Amino acid sequence: MTKKVTFTLDGKALEAREGQTVLEAATDAGIMIPHYCWHRSLGNPGNCRMCLVEVEGTPKPQVSCRLPAREGLVVKSLSPAAKRAQTSALELHLVDHPLDCPVCDQSGECGLQDYYMGIGRYVSVLREDKAHAKKRQVLGPHIVLDQERCILCTRCTRFVAQISKSHELGIFGRGHNEAVDLVPGRTLDNPYSGNLADICPVGALTDRDFRFQVRVWYLDETESICPGCSRGCPISAHTSTQRPWHNKGRRLARLKPRVLDWLCDEGRYGFSDFDSDRLGRLTAPLSEVRSALQTHRDDLAVVASGSLSNEDWKAFKSLFVDKLKVKRFLFTPEPDQVGSEDELLRRREKVPNLEGGRALGFGTEIKSLTWESLGQDIAGGRVRSLYVVDRDPAKVLGEKLLHKLELLIYQGPRMGKTGGLARYRLPATDWLEENGHFTNFQGKIQEYRQALKPLGDARPDWKIFADLEAGL
Amino acid sequence: MNPLSQKSRPDPILTKDFDEPRLQELETYRRLGGYEGLKKALASGREKLMAEIGKSNLRGLGGAGFATAMKWSTVPSEEKNPGPRFVVVNCDESEPGCFKDRVLVTKNPHQLIEGLLIAAYAIDARHAFIFIRGEYEVQYKILEKALAEAKAAGLLGACSIELMRGAGAYISGLDTALLETMEGKKAWPRQPPPFPTVAGLMGRPTVVNNVETLSMLPHIVENGGDWFAKLGTPKSGGTVLFSVSGHVEKPGVYEFPMGVPLREILAAAGGVKGGKKLKAVIPGGVSTPVLTADELDTVMDFEGPRAKGSFLGAGGVIVLDETTDMVMVAHNIERFLTHESCGQCTPCRQGSFWHERILARGLEGGGTAQDLATLERVGENITGKVICALGDTVGVVTRALMKKFPEDFKAKFHD
Repeated sequence: MTKKVTFTLDGKALEAREGQTVLEAATDAGIMIPHYCWHRSLGNPGNCRMCLVEVEGTPKPQVSCRLPAREGLVVKSLSPAAKRAQTSALELHLVDHPLDCPVCDQSGECGLQDYYMGIGRYVSVLREDKAHAKKRQVLGPHIVLDQERCILCTRCTRFVAQISKSHELGIFGRGHNEAVDLVPGRTLDNPYSGNLADICPVGALTDRDFRFQVRVWYLDETESICPGCSRGCPISAHTSTQRPWHNKGRRLARLKPRVLDWLCDEGRYGFSDFDSDRLGRLTAPLSEVRSALQTHRDDLAVVASGSLSNEDWKAFKSLFVDKLKVKRFLFTPEPDQVGSEDELLRRREKVPNLEGGRALGFGTEIKSLTWESLGQDIAGGRVRSLYVVDRDPAKVLGEKLLHKLELLIYQGPRMGKTGGLARYRLPATDWLEENGHFTNFQGKIQEYRQALKPLGDARPDWKIFADLEAGL
Repeated sequence: MNPLSQKSRPDPILTKDFDEPRLQELETYRRLGGYEGLKKALASGREKLMAEIGKSNLRGLGGAGFATAMKWSTVPSEEKNPGPRFVVVNCDESEPGCFKDRVLVTKNPHQLIEGLLIAAYAIDARHAFIFIRGEYEVQYKILEKALAEAKAAGLLGACSIELMRGAGAYISGLDTALLETMEGKKAWPRQPPPFPTVAGLMGRPTVVNNVETLSMLPHIVENGGDWFAKLGTPKSGGTVLFSVSGHVEKPGVYEFPMGVPLREILAAAGGVKGGKKLKAVIPGGVSTPVLTADELDTVMDFEGPRAKGSFLGAGGVIVLDETTDMVMVAHNIERFLTHESCGQCTPCRQGSFWHERILARGLEGGGTAQDLATLERVGENITGKVICALGDTVGVVTRALMKKFPEDFKAKFHD
């Protein structure tokens, strides 16, 4: 157990771990001292000089990001001297800033704007021309750089050095000619590059996917869980529904990490086409689906995988195992849903909730077919009907094989190849349109909340299962 | 010609053999008693050596004036922090107005090497480095040759001395930026703590000393700390080199005891060039605030100029005559600082550039009265809020010029 110390910040007693900086301890206590360069996971180079505070007994103001809290320390972050130090640092940050807020994506969540309104509010005496540098430089698949907006806090270069360890960015030049740029011959293309737009406190690094789509104050935020892999990172879904005539009605604007600091690009950009290829209307009454299921209950195989929530799995079990007593299941994700992993966040299985199914015995007590054996069963006529829940067997087995089936039922949010072949299509909600829980690979059960209204006739999977079962 | 009486000027220490031909060669240096100090230091033992240096009141002559013995004593002991420790010679002399290290190395490289070996012995360092600015190519070659000679003569003992060349950044002359440069990184100053004596080069305890400081060591060891202390003022021992330049008859490097009045330095350099009137003196290189002609009685040790709001710095005395426009001086200095600002922290990077642009506009005839208020306010806001001393300089230098020569500025900045 680390020793605790008590110090005073603006007349308030705060507790800190011994050796913890004043800035971090204040942030933990919910008190915001202005800062740009400090980031909890990226260190404290102390170069932005925004977090200057007055320390009793010290003649010069100190940067609180490098000031260790110690017993009895008296710090003032709101005193006139501290405020003046912070404001002057802000003024110098803004000397060569282009002030192009009306066309800047960061506008509304920009550190420069926030602190100007918070502690700045001075009248500019600047009469010099602004210095110019490279603008809209595409760094890689996801990130654009505007050097003129950059305040050289070095968060991005520290990120590529310490977190992604890919070293694509560096600081070149000296003094006021200094600029962040790509290392010659490199492009910013690492599995975590999207985070740079998040950690950039100003509009220097912006997200190509989000660029010019929507102003941030039109966004709604919903706590969610990333369905991109079995890690289940907590995320914040930023949705844009207030002005549907903009941006071709795109509803999911962007995903941002929540709780954790980072989000991988696969998760962040994997759902940009959230509303494309969606199932619209129910194609037949459920009673017809029910009777088809009754007829085929002996030669039925069910394909489902980890995109179902825990609630869905439960209803799924009740319908197919308890009621219909189906023998053949396939729980393995498509081969292309198994990808690369790393030590930071990414996991091999690119579906969120295999674990939730396993907890109910799916894939353990209730054995799973393989894609190969399912193909053989269909070819051999042992399986003549298939119920597919949000998977795409046509992609794996080929459309030709699926034509041999007498009955194909497809349930899911998007058509895919299989949806187009199905006799019955049951539109289901995608994860942002429902409440639910995912169990991640560590067994952690996490809640996600509804951010958007369901499209068309879409209903949560568990409701569809329950309705089918109720009439059987 | 020289109005200075020889009586008030005791024998020089560092420059005493400068007229000796072939002093750069080991043979000549040894004939004149060279490397005897090292022998004596090795014989006396570490504790006695440290005590002598302590008694001498030797202070860092690179500009900061930190007591040398004090600096060395902060190096953790072998038991507390086992492993290698280093001595680094700061020969990245880049301060405009300073050229004493260049002369010291050119004239007497072995004096430096001997001093370096004494320092290495004092803190038990087996590896020493001489970091020399890239532009000093002649001096690099002189040192290279001298090192080879010293090595061949077995003088280095168990210590290795490596020469490293800078890549042209002024900021590398700052100890922590110098260490970054040596590690192959961008010359961005570190923010102590920890200080280099605790965690310096490659995170190991490192003593960084100036050429002049180290060159003093052989003489202190030979003649004793008390002798050295007596030469100077109560707080600053020994002598100090002044690089005198600007509007003087005889620019050059002059050695004086600590505490010499500025007037005597000017006199030794032959007075103001062409018999013109003196306007100002920058006492320690461009990053030290200016002194006026009325402040010639300033006593030149580490305390004297401080009382007048300036610093001894590295002894780069720049003399300015009555024809000098102080706005031009300010612009020249700020242009230099803008060019040399490392760019790490914002107030210095942007502040120096802003200063330079305002002053340039004033010189072009576009200055307003408000600009003076802006310079004053922004300058004050930079000082003390930046990472290193370069940033502090940005605000201090122009404000001192504005305060001491308001007419010059009012002539360029008015509504």
